[in-house]
Amino acid sequence: MTAATLTRVSETETDTGRRAPLRWNLIGNVVAIVVVLLWCLAPFYWMLVLAFRDPLYTFSTDPFFSHVTLSNFRYAFETTNNKFAQSLLNSLLIGAAVTVLAMVIGVTSAYAIARLAFRGKGILLAAILGASMFPGVAILTPLFQLFSGFGWLGTYQSLILPQISFSLPLAVYTLTSFFADMPWELEQAARVDGATPGQAFRLVILPLAAPALFTTAILVFLGSWNEFLLSSVLSNGNNAVAPSTVAIANFTAGPHIVPYTQTMAAGIVVMVPLVIVVLLFQRRIVSGLTAGGVKG
Amino acid sequence: MTVDPPVEVAKLAADGAAAPRPTRVSKRLSTGEGKLAFFLVAPSIVLLILIVGYPVGKALYQSFLTDSGLDKATGFFNQGGAWDGLTNYKHWLLQECGKVSCPPGTLGSTFYSSILVTLLFTIATVLLETIIGMMFALIMHKAFKGRSIVRAAILVPWAIPTAVTSKLWTVVFDPSGIVNKILGTHYLWTSEQTPARIAVIVADTWKTTPFIALLLLAGLQGISADIYEAARMDGTNAWQRFWKITLPLVKPSLAVAVIFRTLDALRMYDLPQILTGGANGTTTISILVVRQLNSGIDSASALSTITFIFIFAIALGMVKLFNANIVGAEEKGVK
Repeated sequence: MTAATLTRVSETETDTGRRAPLRWNLIGNVVAIVVVLLWCLAPFYWMLVLAFRDPLYTFSTDPFFSHVTLSNFRYAFETTNNKFAQSLLNSLLIGAAVTVLAMVIGVTSAYAIARLAFRGKGILLAAILGASMFPGVAILTPLFQLFSGFGWLGTYQSLILPQISFSLPLAVYTLTSFFADMPWELEQAARVDGATPGQAFRLVILPLAAPALFTTAILVFLGSWNEFLLSSVLSNGNNAVAPSTVAIANFTAGPHIVPYTQTMAAGIVVMVPLVIVVLLFQRRIVSGLTAGGVKG
Repeated sequence: MTVDPPVEVAKLAADGAAAPRPTRVSKRLSTGEGKLAFFLVAPSIVLLILIVGYPVGKALYQSFLTDSGLDKATGFFNQGGAWDGLTNYKHWLLQECGKVSCPPGTLGSTFYSSILVTLLFTIATVLLETIIGMMFALIMHKAFKGRSIVRAAILVPWAIPTAVTSKLWTVVFDPSGIVNKILGTHYLWTSEQTPARIAVIVADTWKTTPFIALLLLAGLQGISADIYEAARMDGTNAWQRFWKITLPLVKPSLAVAVIFRTLDALRMYDLPQILTGGANGTTTISILVVRQLNSGIDSASALSTITFIFIFAIALGMVKLFNANIVGAEEKGVK
């Protein structure tokens, strides 16, 4: 339907020369935008509706908010078997630790790759990209055994360290493309004035790169907050350290009860902060994701 | 969830990874810089070797050892850890359980079906996501008024953790859920083979399409409007312009998006694991590895090594395939 609309609009354009009649363009635009918005937001909307709906009416097809209640949220936080509130704290702690580690270690590498000449740069970049494409299960098996040997299964360190495997590459290549795009002349001016590369980096590049660092940190944190495979296995059933994704996946209410509306409420709690952050910084995030490709 | 690498960096890698950065770098080459670079890069390398390199090497070594357990030949408990050659690989690849072929119902017997399911999910989702994502990107590119709203909306599915998305689709696809009500059907979506597979594909497509659209939009915005204008003057129609101009020029972004989506889809775990419990014909290769963890770590090591090689081979093949195309597209399109 959207394709047809698009083609139609474009055809009108060619028929009448350069400018299509304004009305057709407008209608086509609106229809297309509505379709995209429905695709992106309808499931999210349904989740919101269910999260606020009385569990007795879980399967009501009323498309609007009905039987509104906050009991689902209360349930999510009050039941002790899911340790949901704790899992939110865990996610925050793990995410913060992973982000700090990946950023502190990644920023120097990214600078070197973007700005310094050294041998083996291509291989290094390929290795870092390769590491980021790694199937999680390939490191999961050996780490599972290694950590059980250390007695680390179900501890914070067993959840934090493995995430470096994908968040460090993410930090390095995002920062690399940001650094590569930054004005080169300022740094050179500093070097001409007698600054060492280290000083040029600390005093000129880092302050300029603050927005890039911030964007990258958001991306790394999001990646950590959303991680499930490694956490679900390496937390080894210990709810006290498991992050919120694991808590949501294992959300229970008791035998023979499927806590759908309560799970939706918990899901809303997990995602709303993310959605807010993403919407607040959408321009930055998009530019981080597409690395300078988006100018608009 | 993973975030796909930025187009530019990925392009570098796709071009053979050794493409040097700006020429200015080589002009300023000095020994001091190399030394500094070494110290700057060293922490990352050390950490990645510890967290990725060492475990993978260890898994490779262990994949040639025996698992502990009851020895089928002698009936005694076997401590495991003895050199065992290719037995673990034969177990998975040739379906050998001891001297006989693996009986149905064992994890070993599900190896090839889980490979096929993984490939099915990958091909179906990447194909759908690319086609629909391209449509979305064209819409956003055309729509000047609503672009910021659309872009904000598009980030929503991307930002929701897959674990939460999976739960959402579990509710939606419940036998008495909204999907059956709307369609007027009575499918047990998550517990019948074909519906379960469709459910996984739909859920994954929903989540990732917007993201592909975003990457493609970046590519579209890089195309100069002059080219379209010239083509219009030559009397081409919209369809021709799409195939002859848009597609070839957006190909580098498309290639990167497709390659990274494919690799991501090949390691799919969260969605089928939570949506269907990984049962009913939705057991991907990652799910199989996790299941094997608790029934023999050395076999699991062999399986994860096989998985790694499997995905790596596909990645290499795709980079090679698209690399040729990227070069070809640039030669034809830009001139």
